[in-house]
Amino acid sequence: MGNIWQGLTEAARLVLHLDADLLEITARSLQVTLSATVIAALIGLPTGAWLAVSRFRARRVVVATMNALMGLPPVVVGLLVYMLFSRSGPLGVLGLLFTPAAMIIAQVIIIAPIMASISHQAIRELWADYHDLLISLNASRVQRIRALLWDGRRSLLTAALAGFGRAIGEVGAIMIVGGNIDHATRVLTTAIALETGKGNLALALGLGFVLIALAMAVNLALHFLTRTETSGRW
Amino acid sequence: MILKSLFVFFALAFSATASLAEDLKLAVTTSFANSGLAEILLPAIAEDTGINVQLLIVGTGQALALGQAGDVDAVLVHARAAEEAFIAAGHATHRREIMYNDFVLIGPAPDPAGVASAPAAAAALELIALARAPFVSRGDESGTHLAEKALWAAAGIEPQGDWYRSVGQGMGAALNTASGMDAYILSDRASWLNFGNKGNLALLFSGDPAMFNQYAYLPVNPANHPHVRADLAATLEDWLTGDHARALIDGYLLSGEQLFHFNATPD
Repeated sequence: MGNIWQGLTEAARLVLHLDADLLEITARSLQVTLSATVIAALIGLPTGAWLAVSRFRARRVVVATMNALMGLPPVVVGLLVYMLFSRSGPLGVLGLLFTPAAMIIAQVIIIAPIMASISHQAIRELWADYHDLLISLNASRVQRIRALLWDGRRSLLTAALAGFGRAIGEVGAIMIVGGNIDHATRVLTTAIALETGKGNLALALGLGFVLIALAMAVNLALHFLTRTETSGRW
Repeated sequence: MILKSLFVFFALAFSATASLAEDLKLAVTTSFANSGLAEILLPAIAEDTGINVQLLIVGTGQALALGQAGDVDAVLVHARAAEEAFIAAGHATHRREIMYNDFVLIGPAPDPAGVASAPAAAAALELIALARAPFVSRGDESGTHLAEKALWAAAGIEPQGDWYRSVGQGMGAALNTASGMDAYILSDRASWLNFGNKGNLALLFSGDPAMFNQYAYLPVNPANHPHVRADLAATLEDWLTGDHARALIDGYLLSGEQLFHFNATPD
């Protein structure tokens, strides 16, 4: 218990002093994960919707694969992205290894399948309700997807937040492709791993509490912005 | 197409901020980083040379792999045999010795295997194996792990059994494991002194010449990787072997103890 209490007081100290390093790595955590969340949403949510309204032969296989990819081990994704962007790898000339861009790419790969799977599930149920209406209006496939995405926006927010949650706490992939370089690619999770390695458990736990608070703040902010929980059926 | 434009977008967004300073990527061992010396040296390097050294903290094995792939500009490691093989394979132009410290044998303070009175490091390991006392090994091909394997070989023992626990992690994580299970472990002196979670552990054995720990600097061969900043790597080498580095390295004390000894020779 003593250690956990020390962690809490350490977190309070870090926040109250507005520690410059803490602000920097917190901002980078947000920059990387919010970028990854937005990009993965742009890819994953329409993919989920498209799979819900389309019928083709391999559909079942594609959906099952996507569901399986939700469990992609981050450390494997990190390794693959590292090999792609290593100077000896096929995309090495871009020079993106050990930059926030590489970290964003790794996180997009990890969370896009989650967003696609959750949105697919949500849109499929909505599609069952809307099917006859949209067909009778003779809506094109793009129009159908658009209508479904808009009316399913609350579930899609959940899908996006699930992806955000996975990415903000992720350490295995970004450690490999980012390298945890001070003032360049260090984020909250890799800083926690580093401080644990130094045996500074109270500081590591303090950073952990900051990370949890950050994730909650982002979730609350999004809920306020989109005014969920304000009326009967939303 | 979308993916391609995203790539361009991010490449621009991030390279614009990165190109302002002269960045050099240096892969270093976890023992070097966990010792705290990096926090003393890096600001001085930036001030004297204008080079912003970006540290990648990995084991010696991974540091050499990063150098081989051209993902870093230079490495600072501590495993002489591996370094010489690295140069022989043409991955680095040369190696330059910078400083040394020593390995120490850490274990639970009551010392159930009785290593404190051992005559030599190999004999101490023999006592641990005989007592089947828990021993945590880095197991990650780091410089410390290679040194540990050399000591076991000197003792003529192939360590195995449930008392020998290979964790495959950095120095700090391995020390945390040893602290949690009251196990013996080989550590470099600097990481041990700087470690914040000692628990029941204590320094039990040190001073055998076989536990000498030399750190060397190897610039990655620009012939293999034209993009490597060989100019910056050479400037850094000059700085690391110079008088300011000597003063800072020899002057770095922790609890009144000197952690590293500068031993670079001028050209």
